Amino acid sequence: MINLENVAFSYGGGNLLSEVSLRLAPGSFHFLTGPSGAGKSTFLKLCYGELAATTGRVTLFDRDVTSLNRDEIALTRRRIGVVHQDCQFLDHLPLLANVGLPLTVADKPLVQSDVMDLLTWVGLDKLTGALPPSLSGGERQRAALARAVIMGPDVILADEPTGNLDWEMSLRLLTLLTELNRMGKTILIATHDLNLIRQAKSLVAIRVLRISKRRLQLAGADL
Amino acid sequence: MNLLPAFLTEPQGGVVPPSGPTAWLTTATAAAMAFLAVFALALSIASGRLADRWASALDRSATVRISAPEGQMDLQTAAVLEVLATTPGIASARALDQSEQQKLLEPWFGPDLPLGDLPLPQLVEITEGPEGYDRQSLRLRLTGEAPGAVLDDHTRWRAPLADAAARLRALAYTCVLLIGGAMAAMITLATRAALAANAQVIKVLRLVGAKDTFIARAFVRRFTLRAAAGAALGTAFGMEAIYLLPAQDAAGGFLTGLGFQGAGWLLPLLLPPLAALVAFIATRTAAMANLRRLP
Ligand SMILES: Nc1ncnc2c1ncn2[C@@H]1O[C@H](COP(=O)(O)OP(=O)(O)O)[C@@H](O)[C@H]1O
Ligand SMILES: [Mg+2]
Repeated sequence: MINLENVAFSYGGGNLLSEVSLRLAPGSFHFLTGPSGAGKSTFLKLCYGELAATTGRVTLFDRDVTSLNRDEIALTRRRIGVVHQDCQFLDHLPLLANVGLPLTVADKPLVQSDVMDLLTWVGLDKLTGALPPSLSGGERQRAALARAVIMGPDVILADEPTGNLDWEMSLRLLTLLTELNRMGKTILIATHDLNLIRQAKSLVAIRVLRISKRRLQLAGADL
Repeated sequence: MNLLPAFLTEPQGGVVPPSGPTAWLTTATAAAMAFLAVFALALSIASGRLADRWASALDRSATVRISAPEGQMDLQTAAVLEVLATTPGIASARALDQSEQQKLLEPWFGPDLPLGDLPLPQLVEITEGPEGYDRQSLRLRLTGEAPGAVLDDHTRWRAPLADAAARLRALAYTCVLLIGGAMAAMITLATRAALAANAQVIKVLRLVGAKDTFIARAFVRRFTLRAAAGAALGTAFGMEAIYLLPAQDAAGGFLTGLGFQGAGWLLPLLLPPLAALVAFIATRTAAMANLRRLP
């Protein structure tokens, strides 16, 4: 689904990432960890085509990203659900419209009851009319997850989805993500929260990747 | 036309926030431009009409002016009438009498001019037949028979007038084009400003899989509607202003002739849809070009 082959990336200075290779198999559950500033967000952006690799090859659904035009990139993004680190909502639209936004931009009918089902699943069915700035951190993250899955994507990428949540709320979000994985979705979560990873290990089979010294490594039993 | 309501409603659920207090600027500018365009159109029509009138009406008439000493006036007039009567292509010729000449001069000198005291030339009015006459040979014959007679077929002053009218019309067309161009430029700038103001919104839309055409559509609809509404307003005011101009009076002056006649009133009604078309193209071009530069 998502393939990186010997990818290097630099924002202009030296390489932030180099010799990175990864194959996200369908149905797999990956964690990506590393210290703050290691390049986790950057890595995810490479995975959904917001950034282009400096060298190497990124393949999304068997197509080289560099061969995709702007419209094809848009279409590809509809197949990848992303929970962005800062959620990226439209602050002037109520929650319901924000969660349904991927449908709207795809010119698909926004079926209210479908969106409501999703909002109920993440426990936000009472807040459909709320504007994003009025939501708490945990509510925002759950809303972002609802928006990420509304198009029924095969892959879900989440960037620090529990970043500023308390433990209880983190667990709740992790549960939602493991549920999605059981439904067959491929999941990649970037986090520096090792407790979260340990907790996940007890729920599903996961692989843990770590960015260290610009390389991507498979983390072992040291967690 | 199912398309129109679909175009006018917001199927996109207002993904781009309302643009705030500066939105009316586009509408107001479009209104001002349409107002000007109505006048430019009226000018082009009036000058066109004028050029036609000068070219055709005056084509068919000419004057022989006879300046002779007191005693010879009647003699030369008779000779001129004789020459004209025997010239092929002249339908009729008639010497104007005292009161007719007075009428011609009235607008310039007032009604109380004692004509008899002035050495005025005698005017003979010629109406040309459909086949036309040979001006050159008529001139030669007139000089032979009546030395004080001069044929004035109006070309001397008609040509520069017709030329001026034609230029005026060209200027008016240029004005309409310039107004259209200025409108396109204004809309382009407004679109760019709107895109810049909504950079974050556009980023989010791209992230959730919006194509450029979808994003552009939100702006295109907005600016097209604003330009059309503004132009409708400006056109209405412009037509009203033209309608309220003093009616064409007996003198038939150029300024009072500045107006639309009959079906001509439909012409300015083309301005709002035209403004909408200009806005549509300008916004779409500007939006697509600017969006392509974003990641
Ligand atoms: N747009 C950018 N331009 C230049 N440098 C950037 C940009 N985004 C991130 N960086 C830098 O790249 C490094 C990795 O950032 P990031 O991928 O966000 O790390 P992480 O998500 O692991 O905390 C940081 O040092 C950051 O300052
Ligand atoms: Mg990050």
